Amino acid sequence: MAAPVISARNLVKAFGTGDFAVRALDTVSLDIQQGEFFTLLGPSGCGKTTLLRLFAGFEMPSAGTILLDGQDVTVLPPNRRPINTVFQSYALFPHLTVAENVGFALKMQGKPRAEIDETVAKMLALVRLEAMAGRKITQLSGGQQQRVALARALAPHPKVLLLDEPLSALDLKLRKEMQIELKRLQHETGITFIFVTHDQEEALTMSDRIAVMSAGKVQQVGTPKEIYTHPINRFVAAFIGETNFLDAVGETGGARLTTGDLIPVEGVLHGPVTVAIRPEQLRLVAPATAGAIAATVRDLVYFGTDTHCHMALVDGTALTARLQSPASGDIGLSIGDRVGVLPMPGAAQMLRD
Amino acid sequence: MSAAEQAQRAKTTRNAWLLVIPALVVLMAAAIGPLVLVLIYSFLTPGDYGNVVWSFSLDGWQKVVVERDIFDDSLHLAEAHLTIFWRSVSLSLVTTILSFFAGFPTAWFIATRPANQRAFWLFLITLPFWTNLLIRTFAINQIIRNEGLLNTILLHLGVISAPLQMTYTEGALLIGMVYVYLPLMVLPLYASLERFDLRLLEAAYDLYASRWQVLMRVVLPIARPGIVAGSILVFVPCLGAYVTPRILGGGKLMMLGNFIELQFGQGRNWPLGAAISIVLLVIVMAALLVYVRAINGEKRDG
Ligand SMILES: Nc1ncnc2c1ncn2[C@@H]1O[C@H](COP(=O)(O)OP(=O)(O)OP(=O)(O)O)[C@@H](O)[C@H]1O
Ligand SMILES: [Mg+2]
Repeated sequence: MAAPVISARNLVKAFGTGDFAVRALDTVSLDIQQGEFFTLLGPSGCGKTTLLRLFAGFEMPSAGTILLDGQDVTVLPPNRRPINTVFQSYALFPHLTVAENVGFALKMQGKPRAEIDETVAKMLALVRLEAMAGRKITQLSGGQQQRVALARALAPHPKVLLLDEPLSALDLKLRKEMQIELKRLQHETGITFIFVTHDQEEALTMSDRIAVMSAGKVQQVGTPKEIYTHPINRFVAAFIGETNFLDAVGETGGARLTTGDLIPVEGVLHGPVTVAIRPEQLRLVAPATAGAIAATVRDLVYFGTDTHCHMALVDGTALTARLQSPASGDIGLSIGDRVGVLPMPGAAQMLRD
Repeated sequence: MSAAEQAQRAKTTRNAWLLVIPALVVLMAAAIGPLVLVLIYSFLTPGDYGNVVWSFSLDGWQKVVVERDIFDDSLHLAEAHLTIFWRSVSLSLVTTILSFFAGFPTAWFIATRPANQRAFWLFLITLPFWTNLLIRTFAINQIIRNEGLLNTILLHLGVISAPLQMTYTEGALLIGMVYVYLPLMVLPLYASLERFDLRLLEAAYDLYASRWQVLMRVVLPIARPGIVAGSILVFVPCLGAYVTPRILGGGKLMMLGNFIELQFGQGRNWPLGAAISIVLLVIVMAALLVYVRAINGEKRDG
C-alpha cells in the first residue's frame, strides 16, 4: 500500500488533571490513505471531535505524534498545516460575502488577486453557488451555508479535509442531498476527507473505510462491509446495525446455545462466547426442520419493507428476525406461533467480548 | 387593500402622530429651544456686565478666529483661541485612541470570561461612576502633584531626584480624561465582543491566518460597531470636558468647555461664548456623521 497521507501514532489526549482527568483519546493509531473518504464513527463523547482537533492543530496531544506525508506535524499550529476544517456550526465570517469567505484562506496566504478570483469562481461553481457570490452569509439558507463552508475549506486545496458532523444541522432530505454532494466533491477534488458522524447509516453509505470508536479508543478499522459483516467485538456489532446477541459456549464445529442447540460457526473459539447474528440473516421455517432452533413468536412489528418478528427461545432468550414483507403486507404469522429459526450459512459470528 | 382598510390605516397613522406630540413638545422645549437661543445670542452685542444687548453684530463670530489688536486695531488670528481648539480636538482624539488601546483588551477579557463572571467584571468597570467626578479628579491630582503619591514613591525609590511636574500638563489632562471616559469605551466594545463567535477565531486560524491577521481581518471588522460607538462616546464628551481640564490643567490649559465658561463668566462676552458653543456642536455633529457613515457602511458591505 502507498504511504498514508496522515497518520496518528499512539495519540493520547487527556483533559484536566488528577482525579478529574478525562482520557478523551487513549492510544489511537490510524493510517489514512491519500484520496480516502475516511469516517470516524462512534457514540457521543467517544473522542471523535478531539481527534479531529488534534489533526487540525487546535489542540496538542498529551502523547503521541501526527504525521502528514511522513512529516511530524504534531506541534505545528493550524495556520501552518495544509489541513482545513468544515465546522459543524460552519463558522462562516458574517462580515464577508460568500466570495470573500471562500477566498479568505488564499488571501491570508498572500495569493495574487487574479488567482484568488479564479479559484473562488471555480469553488463556487463546484458547490453550485455561482449566483450567490456577492451575498452576505446571513442571506443564505442552512444548506447554502454548508456549501460555502465546504468551498471555503476546499479553496486552498488542503491535503486533508476534516469534517465534524457537517450534516447534523440539516433536515433529512437536505442531508441525503449533501451526502451525495460530499461524495461528488471528494471524487472531483481527490482530497482526502476525514468525516465525523455518529450516524451509522451515513458512515456505511459514504465511507471507503470506517474507524469505529468508543471511549477514546479505536475499536475497529475497516471497509463498511468488513465492519458490518465481521465486527470484531460486541460494541462494534451493536453499534453498526441491529444484532442479536446470544450467550453460548464455543466448541469444535460451532457454538452451543444455552438452549442446547448448536449453531454452526466458522472459526474456533472455545469456552464462553457471544454469538452475534443479524436479524436479516435469520429464516423462519417449520418447527420440526432439522437444525432449526425452536422459538415462539412474541411480537410482530410492521416496518413497511420488512417486518420485525420478536421471538423467545425455549429458555426465554430473546431473538429478533427481520423478514421481508410480502406484497400483501401479511407475513402469515401471529403471536404465540411456534416456529423454527435457521441462521443463514456464515451469518453467525462468535465474539469474545 | 380595500378603501375602508386604507382609511383605517391612515387613521391609525394619524393617531400615532398624536401620541408623539408630548415627546415632541418636550424635545422642542428642552433641546431645540435653548439651541436656537444660543444661536441668536451669538449674533448679538455683548453687554458691559455680561448678558447681551439686543442689536445685531458679527463680533462674536469674528472673535472666534481673529482678534483686534488693542493698540492699532489691526486684525490678526486669535492664536490663543486656535490653540484651545487644537488642544481640545487633539487631546480628545488622543484620549479616544488611548481609551481604545486600553479598553479593547479589557472588553475582550470580560467577554471571554465564563458567562456568570462577566457581570462582576462589568460592575468593576462601572464602579467609578458611583463617586462624584470632581472628587475622583481631585484624587488624581493628589496622586500626580509634586508632593503627591507617585512623586513621593519615585523619590524614595531613587528613580528621580526631583519631583516630576505632572499636574498642569497636557499629559495630566490625558491621564484624567482616559481615566474618566474609559468605561464609555469598554461598555460598547464589550457589547459587540460578547456576541462574537469565538469559533470564528479557530476558523480563521485554520484558514492560514496569522494571529495578527485574525485580529485585523476578523475580530476588529466584526467589532466595528462597538469600536465606532465607543469612540464617539469618548470623543464627544472629551471635546466639551470641563472638570478635568479645570482641575488638572489648573486654568492654564483650557479646553473648549472652560473657554466657553470663561466667556459667560469673567470674559463677559456671551456672543463669543455662544458662537464657540455652536462651533463645538458642529464638531460633534461631524463626529456623529462619521459614526452614521460607518454604521451604514457596515450595513452595506458588512
Ligand atoms: N476542552 C475539554 N475539556 C475537558 N473535557 C473535554 C474537552 N473537550 C472534550 N472533552 C471530553 O472528552 C471526551 C470526548 O469529547 P469529544 O468532543 O471528542 O467527543 P465526540 O466524540 O466528538 O462527541 P459528540 O458526538 O458528542 O460530538 C468527552 O468526555 C468530553 O467531555
Ligand atoms: Mg463532536
